[in-house]
Amino acid sequence: MAIRSFFLFILFFSSSLSPVFSLYEDQVGLMDWHQQYIGKVKQAVFSSQRAGRKRVVVSTEENVIASLDLRHGEIFWRHLLGADDVIDGIDIGLGKYVITLSSGGSILRSWNLPDGQMVWESSLQGPKLSKSFLLVPTNLKFDKDNVLVVFSNGRLHAISCIDGEVLWKKDFEAESFEVQQVIQPPGSDLIYVVGFAASYQFEMYQINAKNGELLKHESASFSSGFSGEVSLVSTETVVALDSTGSILLTISFQDGKISSQQTPISNLVEDSLGLAVIIPSSVSGIFAIKTDAVTVFIRVIGEGKLEVVEKTTHEIAVSDALSISEDQQAFALIQHASSEIHLTVKLAHDWDGNLLKESVKMDWQRGLVHKVFINNYIRTDRSYGFRVLIVMEDHSLLLLQQGEIVWSREDGLASIIDVTTSELPVERNGVSVAKVEHNLFEWLKGHMLKLKGTLMLASPEDMAAIQSMRLKSSEKSKMTRDHNGFRKLLIVLTRAGKLFALHTGDGRIVWSHLLRSLHKSEACQSPIGLNLYQWQVPHHHAMDENPSVLVVSRCGPSSDTPGVLSFVDTYTGKELSSLSLDHAVVQVIPLPYTDSTEQRLHLLINADKHAHLYPKTSEALSIFKREFLNIYWYSVEDQNGIIKGHALKCKCTGEVADEFCFDTRDLWSVVFPSESEKIVATVTRKLNEVVHTQAKVVADQDVMYKYISRNLLFVATVAPKGSGEIGSVTPEESWLVAYLIDTVTGRILHRVTHHGSQGPVHAVFSENWVVYHYFNLRAHRYEMSVIEIYDQSRADNKDVWKLVLGKHNLTSPISLFSRPEVITKSQSYFFTHSLKAIAVTSTAKGITSKQLLLGTIGDQVLALDKRFLDPRRTVNPTQAEKEEGIIPLTDSLPIIPQSYVTHALRVEGLRGIITVPAKLESTTLVFAHGVDLFFTQLAPSRTYDSLTEDFSYALLLITIVALVAAIFVTWRLSERKELQEKWR
Amino acid sequence: MAPIARLLLLALLSTALTISSGSGDGYTINGRVKIPQGLGTKGFALPGKTSNVKVILNGGQIVTYLRPDGYFSFQNIPAGTHLIEVAAIGYFFSPVRVDVSARNPGKVQAALTENRRGLSELVLEPLRDEQYYEIREPFSIMSVVKSPMGLMVGFMLVVVFLMPKLVENMDPEEMRRAQEEMRNQGVPSLASLLPGGGRN
Repeated sequence: MAIRSFFLFILFFSSSLSPVFSLYEDQVGLMDWHQQYIGKVKQAVFSSQRAGRKRVVVSTEENVIASLDLRHGEIFWRHLLGADDVIDGIDIGLGKYVITLSSGGSILRSWNLPDGQMVWESSLQGPKLSKSFLLVPTNLKFDKDNVLVVFSNGRLHAISCIDGEVLWKKDFEAESFEVQQVIQPPGSDLIYVVGFAASYQFEMYQINAKNGELLKHESASFSSGFSGEVSLVSTETVVALDSTGSILLTISFQDGKISSQQTPISNLVEDSLGLAVIIPSSVSGIFAIKTDAVTVFIRVIGEGKLEVVEKTTHEIAVSDALSISEDQQAFALIQHASSEIHLTVKLAHDWDGNLLKESVKMDWQRGLVHKVFINNYIRTDRSYGFRVLIVMEDHSLLLLQQGEIVWSREDGLASIIDVTTSELPVERNGVSVAKVEHNLFEWLKGHMLKLKGTLMLASPEDMAAIQSMRLKSSEKSKMTRDHNGFRKLLIVLTRAGKLFALHTGDGRIVWSHLLRSLHKSEACQSPIGLNLYQWQVPHHHAMDENPSVLVVSRCGPSSDTPGVLSFVDTYTGKELSSLSLDHAVVQVIPLPYTDSTEQRLHLLINADKHAHLYPKTSEALSIFKREFLNIYWYSVEDQNGIIKGHALKCKCTGEVADEFCFDTRDLWSVVFPSESEKIVATVTRKLNEVVHTQAKVVADQDVMYKYISRNLLFVATVAPKGSGEIGSVTPEESWLVAYLIDTVTGRILHRVTHHGSQGPVHAVFSENWVVYHYFNLRAHRYEMSVIEIYDQSRADNKDVWKLVLGKHNLTSPISLFSRPEVITKSQSYFFTHSLKAIAVTSTAKGITSKQLLLGTIGDQVLALDKRFLDPRRTVNPTQAEKEEGIIPLTDSLPIIPQSYVTHALRVEGLRGIITVPAKLESTTLVFAHGVDLFFTQLAPSRTYDSLTEDFSYALLLITIVALVAAIFVTWRLSERKELQEKWR
Repeated sequence: MAPIARLLLLALLSTALTISSGSGDGYTINGRVKIPQGLGTKGFALPGKTSNVKVILNGGQIVTYLRPDGYFSFQNIPAGTHLIEVAAIGYFFSPVRVDVSARNPGKVQAALTENRRGLSELVLEPLRDEQYYEIREPFSIMSVVKSPMGLMVGFMLVVVFLMPKLVENMDPEEMRRAQEEMRNQGVPSLASLLPGGGRN
């Protein structure tokens, strides 16, 4: 073992500095896969272009605008806007521009529909915050130029569609005026702005669309007040609810005169309904109100008379209106029925006549329909056909046409909350899913083709054949565990509360499961998924037991709402059980102990600082009791700037006897002065990280001992002033302090101040080092620093004689309560880019050298060798240091384009990078997620323990054959020669 | 190709103010990203489309895209020192430090942070293009010869064809002596070469 590791050491240090990760262009897609998503669709607009491919433009909750192919659902183009630049509205102008209104109505952009190039951008200011509306009237012309009408920030703008120039603007400065609707009746030059003032006054402004002149201003007061949204039932009538939610107000402002009608809901619907809300819809003449159980559709029949047309208890979704001819409007209505959804398309003025009625089978794993968008097309027999785009509860997007699902997109994967991995089943006889291996001839043929490829003799067709053969290799997408540990399941939890299992070989979805426990219910109003933990990882019973994961979620946004646990089998995706807890979950601590069924023990800390043990079995309790005094944890209160250490005290002393509940005590606390320091980052080591050796051999045969402790915490604080954006402070009033804290004793092992620096801080902790990234205001560049911590108490073990005579302290117990003798070394370097995420590679045994994975602002992932961040780098390393592999010191870290692990791809909206060790020591699996997903395999010190993908077996075979042939030939030659010799 | 040509044309006409005082509470930063022709065309299959080039202020505070002519602008920017980054696949851009001065609006203060070069106007050009892939070496005899298998074959050829030649050129007496020596030792068998084989 020692010899092997020594060889490996030599191997690492002797490997050249050339980028270790590098890829030929034809190797793209062999080890990696990349998937593009858009997120949950908020709004969809169909392009009405006659020629060319049919498109739909969508805006999503991930802040993406995208143009999708209506035939297949592929992305034509896509743009991700900034995090603060939330999209308020989209539309299509002049048939060729996509108009987006974002940032609370203050930025208006226009994009070219075919290729997604931005055409213009204009900034709209206004006197005060308000709702924002974007209207694209089709008939409003202004010197041959189409006009956009935008209401935002209390100001009405008319904007040219071609260049984004503001043609006129009109302020609505009245203090209490709250805009509710902006209406532009087709065929007129008028704009109506309606809203409430002082919550009981209805205001109507009539404006000339040509020049923004105020034509009329009317107001009427309603003593009962208003609540919620208003619904537009015609161009000159709105419906609103009064503040009690029990009376419907029908307000019409025909010809600038306000008239109103009050109708109590109880007049329309006999049984009392409770509090009702209006569902916003744009269908003329019809609106819907919804209570907890019932949805009622109501028609307005002239002069404010109301009539109920339908009452349903099913879950429903209604689309906006679609004009199909001069005076006809159609809309789509979707109702749920057990395993099917019923789609009906109706005309606005004729409720009972259905244009279309279809039933579509729907996987219940997709949940309810959240949104419907309708579009029509003209069939070959000149009748109207309809297609609808639906957005489901799990954020997926589906196109329905002629009673079938034409395509679907799993856009829930754009918002991943947490990721964990699971092994695949062990291969068993008769269970193997893989196809029969193809015969020897085909195998040889494949390798001959590959050989031709490497010798550059292959024709283009051959090259294509090689490429497809490599990509299709059935080996990597098998459903069983492989020898090298490359094939695994990635279990991801999405914001929609759906769990997906992705195969690492090709990224396909193996199963998906919408968690029942994350479904809205009486007890749990707005459940949110929080984290995933590995609950059971069978090693001894790998053949007959399936691994499972624990999903921790809670019932509301605040941290004191009760938690929900669910346990999911990772092979089948079945929810094994779920538990509704009677306490909150503030912190989850996976303990390093497992019971006899290999279930991991977890400690859940609630808001009152009680610890609850799971699983609730007597066996778990007895294991836990044994380790009772060895359990420590810490908590961080960012707001108060306090870090606390905790330990267990005794059983809960509450009124109910619960033997799985424990009281805790505070051991220590570190309080940061709130006027000078604010916690911005805390990082600790990964729980499952493996360290191969504590010793580090340095130049001159010297040894240094790494200080390896699982209980080290890195904390970064900045000056409160400097916690804002870059450029908001001067270097003099900003600083960053980095701490290394022992989480058992609360001892601060190291503290360093970077003057003139500020956040955001991104940090990663591994073995005995921490690397962090921050902004240096003096140089106005980003900087990365490394701190390495070494154990000095073992330094004198270097003396061989002491070891021989047994005077070493290697066997003395390590306790964190004894004062550690540590030294730290640190160094800083400039780095070019902003970072979004940082991670480090991890391998099975921790022998392979490490690489840092940096998620840059350009949504790429860069691999950077840890040797570049070595505090022992000097400007002129000695010969011995050079041999050890120390790189001469430079002021900035190099960016080598070939070491981008994402090569020419972007992981749009990058949020996190996860590394998982493969069984093969040299290799680590990397999964980066954001709006896109990217997966690859990395070998930070090259694949020294296996043959690479492009190893030519054919060349090896040919060489062997040639050598054997040569042996025979030479043997015959020598025999003949010997014979001749003898005759002579 | 057309947008690039237009871009170059505009380069000659460009007289844009970099910073102008906007209405209300902030300033506006106007600038331009120029990707010269020629760069990024060699050996690179997917030159980043200009429609996908992002311009990022202060590490993600504001993200904007380029207009067809390469111009971009940030509005409502407070006075202070800011950082602009350009994210374009295939090109390496240096971040730019931009000073927005409250005292004399309209004054341009921009510098590349990578090499501390000042910019007279906010025109951002890539420092270099980025090649994400290794280039496959074209087939050459040398690369085959240099590979371990090539060396094996080469060595074998040397032994087969050159050794007899050497033997022929040797002095006949020496040869006889050598042959006698060999006979005395016996033919080296494979077994004796293997470790432990000698004992048998």
